[in-house]
Amino acid sequence: MLKSYRAKGFFRKGLLTVLQYIIKRIFEMIPILFIVSILIFFFTHLIPGDPARLVAGKDATFEEVATIREELGLDKPIWEQYVTYMGNLFQGDLGTSLKTGLPIMDMFVDRFMPSIYLTLFSMVWALVIGLLIGTLSAVFKNKWPDYLGMVSAVSGISLPGFWLGLILIQIFSVQLGWFPTGGADGWKSYVLPSLTLGAGIMSMLARFTRSSLLETLKADFIRTGRAKGLKESIVIPKHALRNSLIPVVTIAGLQFGFLLGGSVVVETVFSFPGMGRLLIDSISFRDYPVIQAELLLFSIEFIMVNLVVDILYSYLNPKIRYTA
Amino acid sequence: MELSKAVNSSTTIKKEKKYSPLRELLKNWKKQKNALWASLFILLLITVAIIGPFIAPYDPYKPDYNAMLQGPGIDHIAGTDEYGRDIFSRLLFGARISLTVSFLSVFLGAIGGTILGLLSGYFGGWLDRLIMRSSDVMFAFPDILLAIAIVAILGPGLTNVVIAVSIFSIPSFARLVRSSTLEAKETVFVEAAKSMGASHFRIMFQHILPETLGSLIVFISMRIGTAILAASSLSFLGLGASPETPDWGAMLSLGRDYLGTSTHVVMMPGIAIFLTVLAFNIVGDGLRDVLDPKTKNE
Repeated sequence: MLKSYRAKGFFRKGLLTVLQYIIKRIFEMIPILFIVSILIFFFTHLIPGDPARLVAGKDATFEEVATIREELGLDKPIWEQYVTYMGNLFQGDLGTSLKTGLPIMDMFVDRFMPSIYLTLFSMVWALVIGLLIGTLSAVFKNKWPDYLGMVSAVSGISLPGFWLGLILIQIFSVQLGWFPTGGADGWKSYVLPSLTLGAGIMSMLARFTRSSLLETLKADFIRTGRAKGLKESIVIPKHALRNSLIPVVTIAGLQFGFLLGGSVVVETVFSFPGMGRLLIDSISFRDYPVIQAELLLFSIEFIMVNLVVDILYSYLNPKIRYTA
Repeated sequence: MELSKAVNSSTTIKKEKKYSPLRELLKNWKKQKNALWASLFILLLITVAIIGPFIAPYDPYKPDYNAMLQGPGIDHIAGTDEYGRDIFSRLLFGARISLTVSFLSVFLGAIGGTILGLLSGYFGGWLDRLIMRSSDVMFAFPDILLAIAIVAILGPGLTNVVIAVSIFSIPSFARLVRSSTLEAKETVFVEAAKSMGASHFRIMFQHILPETLGSLIVFISMRIGTAILAASSLSFLGLGASPETPDWGAMLSLGRDYLGTSTHVVMMPGIAIFLTVLAFNIVGDGLRDVLDPKTKNE
């Protein structure tokens, strides 16, 4: 009876404060998104080169360039351009590419999901292998699996992603022929890019899992478990690992956003038809409406991911749950 | 005899009592075997960066069409690239570029971030809110993406890479210094300095700043590795050093077309980047264990 009463109170209070926390975080997010949109808009307009001249071509006359400038709305004051841009944005119109003349939204449709899959697969690799290496290192502390695990972890953090990608292509695509060298056709084409992208976070998670698990293994309840005669195969996964996962999951979540940045480089190495490669292509062509839309989308994704992690963490961690 | 023994023991006690933070640091540093080796490697690298141009066996820019894509051998230790340029000489020149770009960008970021963090933590109020909200906005972009965006605006080139990497380092440094400042602000010696009428400037830079130095040094050493990776990624994407420059990232970018036939063109600069970043990360770990025992990694 007492137990259920406590559980109810705990749940109600917990849920309420978490809800308050979520609402507070969303309200905090709005001005940041607003400022980010202003910054991106104004800064992309600082990119050198005249977009109207770019569309019209090198041989176009002054009048032709002026007409195109008018068509694109570039003759209006910059704040007016911003208001129009934001108005269109809320209606789902991201503008038109200067290079292809296609609506940017259409260009994103085919590229957005492959990029999302790529980051998700990378995170799966990172979690599975990172947790495994970290756990083995902690269990066999100061023995060869620990040394091997930690050497590979510190190496993984130091590896340039683009170099690792090229080496994987050389070994697994060119020499062994197991996976395609690029593109996004079928699951096989995701294996190497996602491994490359996840390597850094994998190493980071291995190190965090190890130190977090070592800390938990010192706790009294582990000693009690062992004293009761529980097997190590139960103590480690059921008691220790479960309790040391909160900081590891938080780090994984926070790093998820950084995968978005890393994807730009990895997609270029693997000629992967995703958002990252489109950004680099647009920069080389100075296709500023695409650059603008890409940067905005990346930052929204990043902010959203961090928000979700914060919310999950606030629910997992009682300290935040009660002080939010 | 007895007297001399007593004198000796008293001097020993005196010697033991004399405390020097630097000696303590060096003593602990020697215990960090891996970090010691890594720091020696970095010292070697710095020496190479300084004297590289004098010891390079070949001109790193001069093509030799009779020696294109040669594998490592007696004439060319690390082989040659697609223009017949000696890769070893280019790596030596590249060390200077990589270290200059990473050191400069991290130090500029550290200076900017430290000043902002000190102001933010010390004065609090609207200034704190302004600085922290601005860094929140900067945190709304993943690091490398922010650097790409800045280089897209400023145009490609190593100077702009330095600017980009230092800008994306500022908010992390500001947050770190701010939290140390908040802690140091409450200490008795700051209270004492305040009551003696010390100026804000003096309190911030003479009393609080030294308190933040430990964590700052650890963070700087870790950020240098990140900066080298970021700068080489930008060069790889064609946004950093121009292709003919012996920059490690640019060398890798050019060499990827020959990966199937001449692996060494890609392997050599990759190994150089990897070892350098690895050395800085190991030194960072070691420094953290010595200077910042709170976050000591077991």
